[in-house]
Amino acid sequence: MIRIVDYGVGNIQAFMAMFKHLGLEAKRADTPESLDRASRLILPGVGHFDHAMKRLNDSGLRTKLEELVIKMKVPLMGVCVGMQMLAEGSEEGILPGLGWVPGRVRSLSSKMNSTCLAMPHMGWNNLQPRGGSKLFSRGFEGLPQFYFLHSYYFDASDKGDVAATAHYGIDFDAVVSRGHIHGIQCHPEKSHHWGKQLLKNFVEL
Amino acid sequence: MLRPRIIPCLLIHKSGLVKTQGFKDSKYIGDPINAVKIFNEKEADELLVLDIDATVNGCEPNFDLIGRLAAECRMPLCYGGGVTTVDQAARIVDMGVEKVALSSAVISNPSLLTEIANVVGRQSVVAVLDVRKKIGIFTSGYEICTHNGRVTHKCDPVILAKELQNAGAGEIVINSVDKDGFMQGYDLDLAMQFRGVLNVPMTFLGGVGSLEHMTQLASTMGIVGLAAGSLFVFKGKYRAVLISYPTLQQKMDVCSKALKT
Repeated sequence: MIRIVDYGVGNIQAFMAMFKHLGLEAKRADTPESLDRASRLILPGVGHFDHAMKRLNDSGLRTKLEELVIKMKVPLMGVCVGMQMLAEGSEEGILPGLGWVPGRVRSLSSKMNSTCLAMPHMGWNNLQPRGGSKLFSRGFEGLPQFYFLHSYYFDASDKGDVAATAHYGIDFDAVVSRGHIHGIQCHPEKSHHWGKQLLKNFVEL
Repeated sequence: MLRPRIIPCLLIHKSGLVKTQGFKDSKYIGDPINAVKIFNEKEADELLVLDIDATVNGCEPNFDLIGRLAAECRMPLCYGGGVTTVDQAARIVDMGVEKVALSSAVISNPSLLTEIANVVGRQSVVAVLDVRKKIGIFTSGYEICTHNGRVTHKCDPVILAKELQNAGAGEIVINSVDKDGFMQGYDLDLAMQFRGVLNVPMTFLGGVGSLEHMTQLASTMGIVGLAAGSLFVFKGKYRAVLISYPTLQQKMDVCSKALKT
């Protein structure tokens, strides 16, 4: 059963709608008990890094989540700020991240030479999948387009974890996979057939 | 690479979908939820839904309708109309709407944008400016209006847009009142005034009658949001109601022609 971690931040409704459309059973989980028997986990997130971390830390869900993901190896996908939370920390805030995927979250604008690019990075951009990524192993032909809306990005320390990159001023790590833990900066729940396929691959492969 | 967004704009009036001309003469189009379903199937880049009654009637956003729109919409959604408080904006974002659009409330009080951005994040806050040419023989330039064109604000659109960006808007939408619904093309002179002025993404609305009009704007303005109402709801010179949206190939043609890639 797919569980969408509801710690008070992020677009739970959009994931519910997308999984319903895919014919996959998904439930919102806002208590440790409701996370039981999860076979796949979605960690959404929007807004400020520290705000999201604080809400997760205060939600009473973190211990259970760690047990499921670290001990029981239940596959998890962090989306947008949910991806950034997998890192050790972020330039946007001072709170430590979950540290499940080695890396830091950095500001896009501080890395850019050109100031003519609008910030946030908003809209449809291509993902450049790396060969061998499970998430893109089925149903992707040509360059997939995904919807982005962010000003910070995940900079993986171990580039072997990078499953796809995107380009906006710089090339950045847009999708990471470290074993059963995945993170995606763009929004598969709002990216039409490309996003659908990626979520399907996450659930089925 | 990032490409311009092609955005259907849907106007809500008395819970139904309408299309106006010059902010007047609203014509009934159909049911908003049904339209969202069609744009899901057509894989639209984004939807902009504006309730044109809420501010004029002084009522708060129709949360019931927003909830139903958000549950149905499988593309990024921006909602505007009647939002005047931080709580309302936060509630809309919690319902699954990516972006909240504000106009009259932030034109009179730009610091509201700061407060909302602090809660939902700047990326979810959009300021919409309804702009029209000043009327009068010896006048030139543009002015801002609110309340569906009934209230005029004597300020320069570019200066105001900058102010709203600095206050916390993550996107600015420029809507041409004069061009609205006439399908003769965007107000390019107006758009040009914003070239290189803002650091946040921009979206233009008002006047589109064909994909060529979108190509025209994107060739001058680069990667911006290309929003349109009539183009996506009417067909033919008799303005028969038929919801349409370009295919992926047509969209990519608009983008590649405009950006010469």
